[in-house]
Amino acid sequence: MALLETHDLVAFYGDFQALYGIDTYVDEGETVAIIGANGAGKSTFLHNITGLHAGAGEAVQFDGRPVGHLPAAEIVKLGIALVPEGRRLFPSLSVEENLLIGAYGQKKTGHWTLETIFELFPVLRQLRRSPATSLSGGQQQMVAFGRALISNPRLLLCDEVSLGLAPTVIKDIYEALPVIKESGASIMLVEQDVQRALGVADRVYCFMEGRVTLSGHPSEFDHATIRSAYFGT
Amino acid sequence: MLSWIDAILQGVLLGGLYALFAAGLSLMFGIMRLVNLAHGDLIVFAAFIILVIADLLGANIFVATAVTLPIMFAVGFVLQRYLLNRTLGKDILPPLLVTFGISIVIQNGLLETFSADNQRLQAFGIETQSWSLGGGIAVGVMPTLTFASAVIAILALNWIMYRTELGRGFRATSDDPSTAQLMGIDNHKVFAAATGIAFVVITLSALYFGNRAQFDPTIGSFRLLYAFEAVIIGGLGSLWGTLAGGIILGVAQTIGAKINPEWQILAGHVVFLVVLVVRPRGLFPRAVD
Amino acid sequence: MTDSISTPAAKRFRVQTRTRVSTVTVIVGIAVFALLAAAPAFVSRSVIQDLFFVLTMLALAQYWNLLAGYAGLVSVGQQAFVGIGAYTLFAFTILTGTNALVAIFLAGFVAMILAIPTALVIFRLRGAYFAIGTWVAAEVFRLLAAQWKTLGGGTGTSLPRSATRDIWGIEFIKDLFGAKTSAAKDIEAYWLALLVAAGTIVLVYVLLRSRFGLALSAIRDSEPAAGSLGVRNFRTKLWIFIIASFGTGITGALVLFQKARISPDAAFSVIDWTAFVVFIVVIGGIGTIEGPIIGVIIFYVLQNYLADYGTWYLMLLGALATVVMLVAPQGLWGLMVKHYDLHLFPVRRRLFVNKHGQDKDG
Repeated sequence: MALLETHDLVAFYGDFQALYGIDTYVDEGETVAIIGANGAGKSTFLHNITGLHAGAGEAVQFDGRPVGHLPAAEIVKLGIALVPEGRRLFPSLSVEENLLIGAYGQKKTGHWTLETIFELFPVLRQLRRSPATSLSGGQQQMVAFGRALISNPRLLLCDEVSLGLAPTVIKDIYEALPVIKESGASIMLVEQDVQRALGVADRVYCFMEGRVTLSGHPSEFDHATIRSAYFGT
Repeated sequence: MLSWIDAILQGVLLGGLYALFAAGLSLMFGIMRLVNLAHGDLIVFAAFIILVIADLLGANIFVATAVTLPIMFAVGFVLQRYLLNRTLGKDILPPLLVTFGISIVIQNGLLETFSADNQRLQAFGIETQSWSLGGGIAVGVMPTLTFASAVIAILALNWIMYRTELGRGFRATSDDPSTAQLMGIDNHKVFAAATGIAFVVITLSALYFGNRAQFDPTIGSFRLLYAFEAVIIGGLGSLWGTLAGGIILGVAQTIGAKINPEWQILAGHVVFLVVLVVRPRGLFPRAVD
Repeated sequence: MTDSISTPAAKRFRVQTRTRVSTVTVIVGIAVFALLAAAPAFVSRSVIQDLFFVLTMLALAQYWNLLAGYAGLVSVGQQAFVGIGAYTLFAFTILTGTNALVAIFLAGFVAMILAIPTALVIFRLRGAYFAIGTWVAAEVFRLLAAQWKTLGGGTGTSLPRSATRDIWGIEFIKDLFGAKTSAAKDIEAYWLALLVAAGTIVLVYVLLRSRFGLALSAIRDSEPAAGSLGVRNFRTKLWIFIIASFGTGITGALVLFQKARISPDAAFSVIDWTAFVVFIVVIGGIGTIEGPIIGVIIFYVLQNYLADYGTWYLMLLGALATVVMLVAPQGLWGLMVKHYDLHLFPVRRRLFVNKHGQDKDG
């Protein structure tokens, strides 16, 4: 049984349909990449899983039970954590407080603690008392990762984590992914940076205009296939 | 000369009461962006509850207040959870109008129940006791207790805000409610807890307010204005600023009253307006807003 | 999605403000006005007094609605301008012997002039804090009025009989209806109230149909966006505030002219001049011209049946407004619009698609 499964997931914004029957799954321990152009429906898809976009009903199943009807605050407690697009750190909170708040009201124990997060991103240790938004973009992304990890999620969702970051910084962030995977978490990576995503993913889904246009192992596809699934040309 | 020092000293102590008024209002605005127009009427409401409980138990007002605190926490929690949460959103009208409606309902409910008679929370005579500082200057026991309570309340609120998980939740929700949900924070419960805490502060201020002078069901709205002025003078978002704002307002009123007894309230309003013109963000605004 | 934008918009859409119902509104409106104007000929004095009350509350409600419903300026301090208007009237008639009719008009100007410094201070407060700021301002004016010893200080004063007797037109009314002076005074005040209420509705309507109205809806939708499109947010809001103060001042002077007695507490009463007004607008429907009209009728009916219950009546009104805000924030008129798509005073520019079957999104 898959850890996360979406079956015939549809989503609307008012009259506008954003998703047309999305079928995906993520197995325990797997890293899955979702690629697609701007407006392909990737973010809507993630919002449906996290509960920020309500009303997915039975279409989203986590660990064998439907979660689409649950509010966001409940879903994170089941073990799905998000590294949101644009990081969305809390400006009133210090780095350490931003990390701690990821486990708000949770007593779950696991591999990830403040200590192990500081081991993963050593630079954060010295900055722990600083206001989170005083950090550089890359450092902020590390905080966003740590904040998601501290709840010891079974599934980590990463939304456009390389967006707006310098290539060397992206490299640092991506080097953390294998460590996270080793801790036992499954990862779903939503990316516009196709090369990056394919480099770490076990499987890939390509979205276009609210539909899955391609799915499988990255090595199955040549450049032209991906290109046509991505742009529709 | 000494009489002016006396006026300033009494004003500072009065500022403690205004800081207590202001802290509850500031807390609710800071966390939920909710401006509670019923704030003053809730202070009067709490004073009546203390009065009734003191009567029922035959206890003194301090014991009665201790009993009232959890009751008011529950009232605040329930009010926020089931009514005020439904008004929150982008539009500022619903919370304003709903709390305005609540204000009218409380005021007239109290009038209906207790009539327009003056009431007072009597504290077995300590309200008349004072410590002499020499030179004809004396500080009353109750005003001093009020000021000390304000300081303790602000210390406690700061501890909650900056040292507890709940406080982290308050600040995170205030920054970005939708991301806060992704952290497992149930905004509605967090808001209900915040209002519960604000109502505890309201109850505390009701004790000293009701003891200081006579009150009746209709005078709540003025307390709202004092609370508001203290918040704005001090600067949004800082509880210590609120204390400073309360003190400035208190001193302005006692000095105004010294010049002409009819000018007491007016002097407070005028100082508020001057601060608004000169320092629109208040005297001690929080650095990050 | 993009192709519908790239086609010339002008051909595909038309913008329309007038509705068929609105033409009917004008006719019915003129008929109602004529009927109300003739009312003193066939109804009793107490009905005239009731109608006076309804019309003045309607005017106050329209101005509050203009502020809160259209300009996003939620004020709980409109009693400031009622009081200022009233005190201006009493000051001019008592201290300088000015004719009361002139003084009522001057009351609007004084309210308008005092609105400017008031606005410059309280406009520094945003959103909800602006609301309490207006209340503080009203308190300041109330306390200042209480210091005006020649007008009775805190206890207030009465209009001299000559001020109410010698207004223009009173002899005409006495002859016309064969009425006594006091009844004629009520009729004159009632006609003035009718003029003020009708003038207010026309003024608000014209204002909202003008470029002003367009700027207002832009500000209401998004203040920063409106600013970036060249709408002068501050100036637009300031003008609305000034206009509302003018109207509120005149109405306030008129109300207290009819009562012929003033005190700071009565002239600056937050319950009478703001709470009731807010409830009227909210229950009727905020952000519409029709709403206050519906609201004032409901308010009047409730007042007639329940005012004897005093505090219970106020509690009920507060609770009703709260429930409306929570359950149907657009008020009763909003509910009717939703069900029947009715617009008596169409101030909104409505977009119609000319061609059918436009493709929705790619």
